[in-house]
This record gives sequence, structure tokens and C-alpha cells, in this order.
Amino acid sequence: MFSRAYRTLITMPPLLWVALFLLVPYLLMFCYSFWSVSDSGSIIHSWNLANYHDLLTKPVYWQTLLRSMWIAARVTSFSLLLGYPLAYFLSFYAGRKKDLYYQLVIIPLWVSYLVRAYAWKTILGSDGVLNTLLQYVHLTHHPLDFLLYSPFAVVLTLTHIYTPFTFLPIYASLEHIPSNLVEASQDLGATPAQTFWRVIFPLSIPGVLAGATFAFVLSLGDFLAPLLLGGPSGIMISNIVVSLFGAAYNWPLGAAISLCMLALVLSLLVFSERLEKKWSFQ
Amino acid sequence: MTRSPRLLTLHALLAFAFLYLPIVILILYSFNGQGVGGFPPHDLTLNWYRILFNDAPIWDSVLNSLIVAAAAMFIALAFGIPAALALDRTQFPGKALFRRLVLLPLILPGIITGLSLLMLFRITDVKLSLLTIVLGHGTALISVATTEVFAGLQKLNRAQEEASLDLGATYWQTFWRITLPNLKLSIIGAALLIFTLSMDEIAVSFFLIGRDNTLPLEIWGRLRRGITPEINAVSTIIFLFSLIAIVLWYRLRTRAESTGDSCGVS
Repeated sequence: MFSRAYRTLITMPPLLWVALFLLVPYLLMFCYSFWSVSDSGSIIHSWNLANYHDLLTKPVYWQTLLRSMWIAARVTSFSLLLGYPLAYFLSFYAGRKKDLYYQLVIIPLWVSYLVRAYAWKTILGSDGVLNTLLQYVHLTHHPLDFLLYSPFAVVLTLTHIYTPFTFLPIYASLEHIPSNLVEASQDLGATPAQTFWRVIFPLSIPGVLAGATFAFVLSLGDFLAPLLLGGPSGIMISNIVVSLFGAAYNWPLGAAISLCMLALVLSLLVFSERLEKKWSFQ
Repeated sequence: MTRSPRLLTLHALLAFAFLYLPIVILILYSFNGQGVGGFPPHDLTLNWYRILFNDAPIWDSVLNSLIVAAAAMFIALAFGIPAALALDRTQFPGKALFRRLVLLPLILPGIITGLSLLMLFRITDVKLSLLTIVLGHGTALISVATTEVFAGLQKLNRAQEEASLDLGATYWQTFWRITLPNLKLSIIGAALLIFTLSMDEIAVSFFLIGRDNTLPLEIWGRLRRGITPEINAVSTIIFLFSLIAIVLWYRLRTRAESTGDSCGVS
């Protein structure tokens, strides 16, 4: 029903914009990763694999990448452990208050990342709220210094930030379960546990996968929480990239690391999409 | 269903406490005369808000952020609405790739979007300024505009558009008089969301910043120099504004859903 001119008019502008500001930059990142930087600090536009060679041979890079993945994995599991039962509670037991509770979960989702990371900094610091509270009630006599500037602080903060992200798709998948399936299971004599593990949980797996992917990918690439709360032991892979684009001034190497991250993230997205399809309820 | 199991209720309670405790503490200590930590809080005061209101660099950065958010909103909508229309009603080679590309910034860590744009601006000799941040936010947030408007389009009753065209209106008239008004709630909702997200955005801005700071970057700079409850005060105000925007967005969305349903009956 739509004319050719109309279709061109709605397609071309976004297509061109996205090509210029998303596709070209990604391709540029790809090119940069094969270039190098001279001693005087200028970019040498000759193609070589030196950056990738560095990534594979210098342990600091893959060790930091592994540590980032480990932090992201912990954030993902904690977010799921917090988010899933919460979504389940809302979907099946919240009754008339469902709408209110739902808003209560999504409000933190959209509240400034920085505000929330900063809040945790004031709580966990050596003279922060938690340490002074513990001393006030005489549980400890000295500030616990592992609270701030540690991987623990990063995991805690990122879990706080990404729990609502994991909650959303899980909640959506639970809400889409036809209630007659659950009722049929109960009518046929299944115990609540059986109904959950045999009917509800398998049907919510696509939501779990989507939520887990969100939490893992976004926390893997985070560099602000580690800068703010991580200390030397909480450095993540993106922090290395930030320093390579800043003081260390080696954009090509930074681009190579970013590209590896991008490849990792994209393959995860494709993988989880496949799994979601496999588990989705027709 | 049945009465909720106690453990599950307890879990929900604890999860909400975990989500809100930091925000409550943040707000509480914005009134604390004795600094950002220290239990119990005492010497309650409005002093930090007084200092904040006289803090010129903060207000300059607020103004910058408002400008950036408004401009980013414009870009995201100007390209996001047609993108949603294109995904809904056209077929072209590479459409699947196009959809993935548009939505990618939604799921990619901000550092990748920020750095790839930084390289583009470097190669093309564009000086970093608020404009580069606008381009970054605008581009990243097309994804939000597209998803929100696309959801609206799915519920749109196409018969009205067909009727308009049959009765002799041009495509242009149909677009302005039928399509856009029907998408009004989705578009306002998207605008609100984009504005809020841009105001709060830091990861992309971090790499595209010129001489003028946005509010999150101004706060970031101060966090690295040592902190006072003035930061709590400004965070509290940000929280309140985000809260209002999100509740408004949610209302709009539920309204959009219910009106969409009533149109879809025929």
C-alpha cells in the first residue's frame, strides 16, 4: 500500500545515518587494530598483526580479560539469583500491587548509573556509612578495608545496577506463560515444586538467557565502576583500553582489545539468541 | 494463585531493600552536616543544597546536559521514527543487518560506541565538543526511539491509513494526520526516555568530551578529587527528576498499550 517514494523516504535517512555513525566507526576500529603507533606518537597506517601478537603473548591482557569475565560472571549469577525470584514473586503473587512493584523495580533501572555507583562508594568507604555503622554497634573496632577498592565492591555495585536489567526479560517471559498451562499442571496433581520445575521454569528460560546476556555483556565492558570502586585489584579490561586511548597513547592496541571485546560480545549475543529460539515456547 | 510462600516474600523484600538502600542513604546524607559517611548521621542541614545552588560550574554543566539531551532527542527521533517505519513496512536487502546495527548500542557496552565514534572524529578532524557528544548520544539512542515506536506501530490499526489514502490524501498528509497522531503516546514516551538517558549518560560522553562538561562528567571529575555531601545533594535532585520522568513514561506506556488494544479489535 505504500509508494516507492514513501518507502525510500523512510528508509534512506536512517540507513545513511546508521552507516555513517555506527558501521563506519566499527570498520574504522577494525582498521585501527591493524595499524601501529610510532615513537613520536603518530599513527602508522601500515597493516600488521603486532597488536594481536601482543594480546596473545603478553599475559597482562588476557589475564585482565579473564578477570573481567570472572567479575561479569559473578555479577550475572547474583543478578539472576536476585532477579528471578523477584520476577516470580511479582508475576504470581503480587496481586493488585503488581503494577506498583513493577514500577519500583524499573525506577532504579533508569536512575543514573553514576548516582548509584557513587552511593555505593559512600557506603563502602573506610569512613563510609557501613564501616562507621559496624563500629557504632561495636561489631568491629577498625574499618574493614576490603569493602572499597576491591573486586568485591565492583561486583556488588554492578549487581545493584544490572539486577533490574535481568529482572525485565525474566518477568516478561513469566508473564507470557499461559495460565491454563500452570492450572493444568496443578489440576493433574503436580506439587508446586513440580509445576515450577517442569512447567514454569523451562518456559522462562528465554527470559533468563536474555537477562543473563544483558548483565554479562554490560558488566564485562564496564570501566567506570572499576575506576571508582575497584582499586588496583579491581581493574577490568576496559580500564586498560581507556588508558591506551589516554595516557598510554596506543590507540591501535586499544582498538585491537576493543575489537576482541566486540567479537566476544557479538558471539555471545548470537549464541544466546540461538539458545533462546531453541527454548522459546511456540 | 495461592498465598505467597514466606521465603519468596522475604526474598522480594530483601531485593527491594538492596535496590533502594543505597538511594535512601544517598538522599539521607545529602542533609548530613558531617560529610558523606559516618554513622549515625548528625547535624542535619540544608547547607549542601545552599552550596550546590551557588555552584556555578555545576549549573553550567546542567545547562550543557539539557542542550545535549534536547539535541540528542531530536536526532534520535528524527532517525528512529523513520527507522521503525522502515522496519515495519518495507523490505530491502540488508534489512536484518540494519535492524541489528540500529539496536546494537542498546546492548553494547558504552565504551565501544564511544571509542569507535572517537576514531571517526579523529580521522575526519572533527574537534571534540558538545556537538560530538550530541552525535554520540543521538546515534546510540536511535535504538530506544526505534524500539518504542516500533512497538507502537505493531498495535497501530492500518485500516485508518488505508482509508485516508483511499479518500485521496497524499502519503505526506496521511503521515502527519493519521500515522503520527496514532503514534503520539509512543513518541512522547520515547522522547522522555531518550532525554532522561542522555541526561544520565556517561560512558559514551567520557570519550567524546571537549572543553565543556555535561553534568555526569562534571560530577565524575569531582568524585576523583574528593567528595562532599554536595554530590549527594545534586544526586538527590537528579534522582527526583529521573523518578518523575520514569513514572510519567510508565503511565504513557500503559496508556499507549490500552488504547492500542482497543484499536486492534476490528
